[in-house]
Amino acid sequence: MKEKGWKDIPIGGLILEAGNAERYLTGSWRTFRPVVNEEKCTDCLLCWIYCPDGSVIVEDGKRKGFHYDHCKGCGICADVCPFGAIEMVEESKYREGAGKVSSEKGGR
Amino acid sequence: MPSLKELSKKEELISRGHRLCPGCGAGIIVRQVLLATDVPVVAGCATGCLEVATTIYPYTAWKIPWIHSAFENVAATISGVETAYRALKKKGKIDKDIRFIAFGGDGGTYDIGIQSLSGAIERGHRMLYICYDNEAYMNTGIQRSSASPMGCHTTTTPPGKAIPQGKSENRKDLTQIIAAHHIPYVAQACPAFHMDLIRKVQKALSVDGPSFINILSPCPRGWRYPANKTIEIAKLAVLTGFWPLYEVENGKYRITYKPRKRRPLREFLEAQGRFKHLLREENKQFLERLEREVEEREREIFAKAGEQI
Repeated sequence: MKEKGWKDIPIGGLILEAGNAERYLTGSWRTFRPVVNEEKCTDCLLCWIYCPDGSVIVEDGKRKGFHYDHCKGCGICADVCPFGAIEMVEESKYREGAGKVSSEKGGR
Repeated sequence: MPSLKELSKKEELISRGHRLCPGCGAGIIVRQVLLATDVPVVAGCATGCLEVATTIYPYTAWKIPWIHSAFENVAATISGVETAYRALKKKGKIDKDIRFIAFGGDGGTYDIGIQSLSGAIERGHRMLYICYDNEAYMNTGIQRSSASPMGCHTTTTPPGKAIPQGKSENRKDLTQIIAAHHIPYVAQACPAFHMDLIRKVQKALSVDGPSFINILSPCPRGWRYPANKTIEIAKLAVLTGFWPLYEVENGKYRITYKPRKRRPLREFLEAQGRFKHLLREENKQFLERLEREVEEREREIFAKAGEQI
């Protein structure tokens, strides 16, 4: 991105694109990744309401996965899950056995 | 009261990609507060973790109109925005129904912003002030605030040989100070009790006048605990009586969650590094002093609601 000159910046330094922080990928901070055991999950959505980063994907009332681009790996979801359905797996180990730990893929 | 399933269908008004620490309580609180809104909202932030982490130029995590001016005056700023809105509405230039929310940390609320907050709510503006109370100046490096409980470690109250207890003074009871303004709605909430929190926000936004909610916001960095324990510790704060959940509606006190059995305060303290020194045998007197203080404050609130611990 080319740096903007003062004439290109909106008056007062306003940011006119709401919610553009989504383009900043905090997922790179993560050292432990949440991995779900689909059999244990009951879609109670506690992981979703307690996620500080809004990184639990819920569609139509069902938990679908994580936004790995933004999940910082704090592990609250695993801690609050009443069914022990979420495990925090070290990123390096996850990568070694990519695909074996869980059916979920993607993310950085 | 909407269920979690229904809530999950709403649009999130704060985006991902904000730079609050992993496991930050404030991030959870803001999401829950904004999920509780049904009409367009305008928000303001006092200087603090939430403000700096969500709006690092050229990015903003807010999907709603948002304003920041300084540390001490978010209440004044939002009261001005609300007044402008009322004027424009009178002139017929706005027809939408809009609500106004100010967010401040304990530094921007208990200490630096208390006069502008007191002024704004006394003037009767229809606004909701949310204090996310993480009990110290976390953004600048964990310095004590008037919300830090007695006996906790902060970088400006380190426990040592001369002052073994850390912070010597009791924390200020801000919720009671605001309740003494006799505004329509004042409450204390906790993110671990999300339904209670959401219901309180909805109630606060529905009253025609100022409202205030004080929300405990555990901080992994400052409270010295692993990032995944935020909700567990927030829950312990309520179960041990450290942070009673109650509301004051038009002067009437009501306990909104009463723990079946009060857990010993020790359980809450043991979970955090900032109280480690208090649990040593030689500091027993300070632990007892904190226990007495917490119980006294809780008893006071319960008595006002006509209940017993």
